[in-house]
Amino acid sequence: MVTFWILAVVSVAAALGMIFQKKAVYSALLLAIVMLCLAALYAVQDAPFLALVQVIVYTGAVLMLFLFVLMLVGVSTTDSLVETISGQRLWAGIAGLGFGGLLVFGFGSAVFSEDVGLAAANAEGNVVGLARLIFGRYVFAFEVTSALLITAALGAMVLAHKERARPKATQRELSEERFKSGTHPGNLPASGTYARHNAVDMPALLPDGSVSELSLNPVLTGRGDDPAERHTDLGGVSEAEAIEEDLKAVQETQQ
Amino acid sequence: MSHYLVLSSLLFTIGAVGVLTRRNAIVVFMCVELMLNATNLAFVSFAKLHGNLDGQIIAFFVMVVAAAEVVVGLAIIMTIFRTRRSSSVDDANLLKY
Repeated sequence: MVTFWILAVVSVAAALGMIFQKKAVYSALLLAIVMLCLAALYAVQDAPFLALVQVIVYTGAVLMLFLFVLMLVGVSTTDSLVETISGQRLWAGIAGLGFGGLLVFGFGSAVFSEDVGLAAANAEGNVVGLARLIFGRYVFAFEVTSALLITAALGAMVLAHKERARPKATQRELSEERFKSGTHPGNLPASGTYARHNAVDMPALLPDGSVSELSLNPVLTGRGDDPAERHTDLGGVSEAEAIEEDLKAVQETQQ
Repeated sequence: MSHYLVLSSLLFTIGAVGVLTRRNAIVVFMCVELMLNATNLAFVSFAKLHGNLDGQIIAFFVMVVAAAEVVVGLAIIMTIFRTRRSSSVDDANLLKY
């Protein structure tokens, strides 16, 4: 009984949180709490097989599917607060209160016989008892279920399938497109590799000794700090001075 | 006995209110799942009341149908999202185009 009251309070609170939560991901996680509570309630009510199936199928598969789709659709999607039908929330709340009151007071005033209990039905074990029914009295419904599952899988595949709007571009077409674009078709010049420096933040030098701006990483130049501080091999001088020294050293060897 | 049914009806009502008020199709779908779970709880409770396992079998079949329904429903939501860039139930007001 204590289990019931704890789980009942937790599950109703989580369900209420689920419908009032703005973010869909929080709703999904609260629904997971409700489903785990229900699994525990099944276990309390002599249905261990259903409790495990609830955990595996609902919290394991169905909710993960929900989270996957939320990931694809965009986690940050929130409900718009604009009511398409004016007063819809209010009237839905009133209808919910009326419906809930009807059900709760109906069940509250109903007279139930004493619980027969599942001790006799579960005599061979819950799983064996369920198997006798599924493969006995309900075997036809069970077979139809397989058709349902195959249809659902096929339906999902058809719905998720996307036709290509145009044929896949071949390597030749990609190459032609690149040359016709008019911009530089090849790779950008690699950053500087010198006798003394081999780093991505050192610019490549053109034949006349000037710096090729294309070889510079825009992120590194955008940082705006002094490369002399990052490179001990620059000897404390600035990048341009180090390059000049390098050039001088190369020219001396050529003479 | 009756308190399990009261809990079941409370969860069902919360799910129904969620379906009526929420606009995000995925959340609406989760509320439908909540309603299905609530009915499952009632089935399991009645199975214990009557002392046979038929209620549990029905709950099991409900779970199977719910799993199949989720697969197709989420695929439909994905397809609508792909064409409309929105998962709001108000935006999908035309069956074609």
